[in-house]
Amino acid sequence: MSTAAADDDVLVRVEHLVKYFPVRAGALIRRTVGQVHAVDDVSLTIPRGKTLGLVGETGSGKSTLARCVAGLIPVTSGRVSFDGRDITGLSHGAMRPVRREIQMIFQDPYSSLNPRRRVGSIIGDPFAIHKTATGAERKRLVQELMERVGLNPEHYNRFPAEFSGGQRQRIGVARALALRPKLIICDEPVSALDVSIQAQVLNLLADLQQDYGLSYLFIAHDLEVVRHVSDSVAVMYLGRIGESGPKEQVYGSPRHPYTVALLSAAPAADPEAAAGRQRIILAGDVPSPIDPPSGCRFHPRCPKARALCGEQEPQLEVKADDPATHLTACHFPVEAGENLAAAGRSELT
Amino acid sequence: MSLTGLEIVAEEVPSDAPVVEGRSQWQLTWRRLRQDKVAMAALAVIAIMILLAIFAPVFVAITHHPPNIAYPLTGETAAGNPVPPGTAGFWLGTDGTGRDLFIRILYGARISLFVGFVTTAIGTLAGVSVGLIAGYFGGVVDLVLARFTDAVLAFPYVVLALALAVVLGPSLPVIIGVISFFSWAAIARVVRGQTLSIKEKEYIEAARSLGAGPFRIMFIDILPNLLAPVLVLATLYIPTAIVFEATLSYLGLGIQPPTASWGDILADAQNFYSVAWWYIVFPAAALLITTLAFNLLGDGIRDAMDPRTERIFAGAAGRRRRGRLRRGALTGGANFPNAAYVPPDHTANPPEI
Amino acid sequence: MALLGFMIRRILGGIVVVWLVATAAFLLFFARPVDIVAHQLAGRAATPDVINEVIRNLGLNQPIAVQYWHFLDNLVHGNLGFSYYTGESVNTMLKQDLPPTGSLVLGGVILWLIAGLTVGIISATKARSLFDRFSTVAVLIGLSMPVFVIGELLILVVFLPLNEHGLHWVQTGYSGPSQGLSSWVGHMILPWITLAAVQAAVYTRLSRGQLLDTLGEDYIRTARAKGLSERRVIFRHGVRAALTPVVSQLGVDVGQLLGGVVVTETVFGLGGIGETSVQAIYTDNLPVIIGFVIIAAAFVVLANIIVDLVYALLDPRVRIA
Repeated sequence: MSTAAADDDVLVRVEHLVKYFPVRAGALIRRTVGQVHAVDDVSLTIPRGKTLGLVGETGSGKSTLARCVAGLIPVTSGRVSFDGRDITGLSHGAMRPVRREIQMIFQDPYSSLNPRRRVGSIIGDPFAIHKTATGAERKRLVQELMERVGLNPEHYNRFPAEFSGGQRQRIGVARALALRPKLIICDEPVSALDVSIQAQVLNLLADLQQDYGLSYLFIAHDLEVVRHVSDSVAVMYLGRIGESGPKEQVYGSPRHPYTVALLSAAPAADPEAAAGRQRIILAGDVPSPIDPPSGCRFHPRCPKARALCGEQEPQLEVKADDPATHLTACHFPVEAGENLAAAGRSELT
Repeated sequence: MSLTGLEIVAEEVPSDAPVVEGRSQWQLTWRRLRQDKVAMAALAVIAIMILLAIFAPVFVAITHHPPNIAYPLTGETAAGNPVPPGTAGFWLGTDGTGRDLFIRILYGARISLFVGFVTTAIGTLAGVSVGLIAGYFGGVVDLVLARFTDAVLAFPYVVLALALAVVLGPSLPVIIGVISFFSWAAIARVVRGQTLSIKEKEYIEAARSLGAGPFRIMFIDILPNLLAPVLVLATLYIPTAIVFEATLSYLGLGIQPPTASWGDILADAQNFYSVAWWYIVFPAAALLITTLAFNLLGDGIRDAMDPRTERIFAGAAGRRRRGRLRRGALTGGANFPNAAYVPPDHTANPPEI
Repeated sequence: MALLGFMIRRILGGIVVVWLVATAAFLLFFARPVDIVAHQLAGRAATPDVINEVIRNLGLNQPIAVQYWHFLDNLVHGNLGFSYYTGESVNTMLKQDLPPTGSLVLGGVILWLIAGLTVGIISATKARSLFDRFSTVAVLIGLSMPVFVIGELLILVVFLPLNEHGLHWVQTGYSGPSQGLSSWVGHMILPWITLAAVQAAVYTRLSRGQLLDTLGEDYIRTARAKGLSERRVIFRHGVRAALTPVVSQLGVDVGQLLGGVVVTETVFGLGGIGETSVQAIYTDNLPVIIGFVIIAAAFVVLANIIVDLVYALLDPRVRIA
């Protein structure tokens, strides 16, 4: 995966994206008393036909980032380029053609479909909105889509309530697929599903990527799921990217202490190997994004934190002898074989 | 998916159900409503009232007593008082000037039902539009519209009716205007509240991500979710409108004599308290039966739309469904016979002027 | 501090509303061709001379802005104008009409709150019992009836038979407390019931519903599990939470209240503000109408502010809004 060089390989380029939400208070006059730093200077790229996995806890800003890329919320500053075009801050009208190419799949299969509309109408919505097909033609296309995602096309007239969670996600996928987009942003699409159903939906997404050359921005908090679907991974914490790179590199040799902690918390497939693994328990809670910690945002909870960490923000850059694609934002990245649990405030399980 | 090193291959079990059209919310509601005996009785009563009103001229032909013709000879006692029911072909007796009371009640029904339906229709259309726009667009638009709605709701209707009656003179269009003016506010407030909460749902965000414009979202995605409460509100507003019209007529600010209106009749009846009980009782009964029927029907529709709630007067089907008292299962509004006035949604904002 | 800001905002808003209503009333009546206004003010049988005199006296020929200024000026000084039939100052009429209206409102509100809340609470605690079913039916009937019908039926069914049998305690018309407490109550009892009936029904339904919802909540179960007596559970925990929507309903109901007052006074001949307003309509007595319209609006605004204050005291979340 190349970095900035071959530009026609890159579908989405996010540069220094910042999104703050104002906090208002006041008795008589509503003043802005603070900002929620949801996304704070994030840059990343998504290559064509590949999947970028975005990992983070609740409050890390990954959903906000997704919505900024999709153009659903305006950015505070920064740039989003899609297919070579700058789509930051486009008007609703100018954004419409772009919307055919960027689609979203949502987390909750129970609330992402309008309960009062029939499934055929829901899937046919993109055709109706963009006026690309009507009547019998539209019905045919919708039924093709339903078949492609594994639904019975004869259920065209049913209501979402008559489908299971996994089937509803398929409906969401069908809807997103209708206009053959280039990018599908998946906001935790399998988090609300049972594990066996997760497998089906993930396999479906993988098949579709192969068939249609789709790019995915795949957001999740489950590391194993992300490992399975992604080509490259970015780890977010409190609005910033802590580490990013091809998945083999990030999972194989994580350099950011947060990444290490996350990986150590994931249930391991092999219990014996897990027994020897160090378990890192982070102290404290995720701080509020209204008043993020100074310097490196992770430093209050980091087992390796030093004075420098509270003073200076680390830049996202290549560390030591890492390959050029593996970027970390840390002053004291984790070395190979280092026992993080022994350093400072962590506890061994 | 390699959680355990095994490939879990799960296949979708093909559904072999025949092609079934999903039953829409309306079909389900209607089926439940049909089982509610009280609501069905109310519906029948309303239907009868409407028929009686429409076929009033037929009764005129039978009794030979047009509504505005006085019969001083046969219709009044020697002292000039109304005659009791059953005398001289007056089925329910006569009124203060010797007119057939029954016929006048029928023609009064025409006015009441007409005003009730028309004002509710206007008010619902306006209220839904305002509520949707205020709720969806938010910001300044919402601020202005919501404040305006609250002001109208809190405004004493009598004061406005007084003022308009003086300036424009009382007449049917003025009454319809005044009553509609107040009806839209209650509906707008509820619709706004509902819109605000529906707007946050993911399927709305999904629609926006597809590129849908605001009006498409409002009318195709949000509105279908609103129709249920709006229908209940509208049905329950009709009796309010009827009572409103009757009150205005009673005060002399409504339909002017000699046109028959229930309020008018009851106003004149006050002069004959001690000598003509029928003059009060029968029009009052007509009014009461009509409003009661609409209230019961509105209640029934509300219960039919929300099957989780228990009903006090439910039939056998309801009894079978009733189990332990589930937490939150009893909502007072659904269980309890309803007001013509639906409490506004106070989760949005407390009323302020 | 937040509470103070909250109150200031409400009061300022209220003043704006009263000003808007006054302006609207002014425009409604006076912003028409001079002749029509004068004609209306002078009465139905006025000759051209009378009309001219009225125009001169009232300064109707002056530009609208000047008239408006005088109007506002008078208003701020508390002068509501003079009746065109008796020449009395509207302020005086207001003072005279206040006792009957005040008695009616006071008694009516107390009656409906007590009746409504009590029946509502009992119905909720004994849901689906015989009492509950009876109150259900009663409430439904109460809600469906217009106020004047209740009044007329009460007169027909209570007042007339009692009087015919020589029991004269219950009377129509007004008799102030200064003329004997028993007489006062006897005159007011039917009007109180009339005014209160419909509202009591609304509040019964509302409090029953709210209390039922609240009693189903988990924290009530916790309170019971703690071993608190049922009475304490209901009153200390249940009723308090259930009351806030009732309070906010009160704010909206003030508008309904005024309508009920007008009608009840007319049915029973109490001679209060409501009845006088209606009479003023029949006689086209503009200054009286305008004066009373403004007073009514001011009353509604004041009542709403008080209700908002009580609501904010009960529910701290509101103050931040």
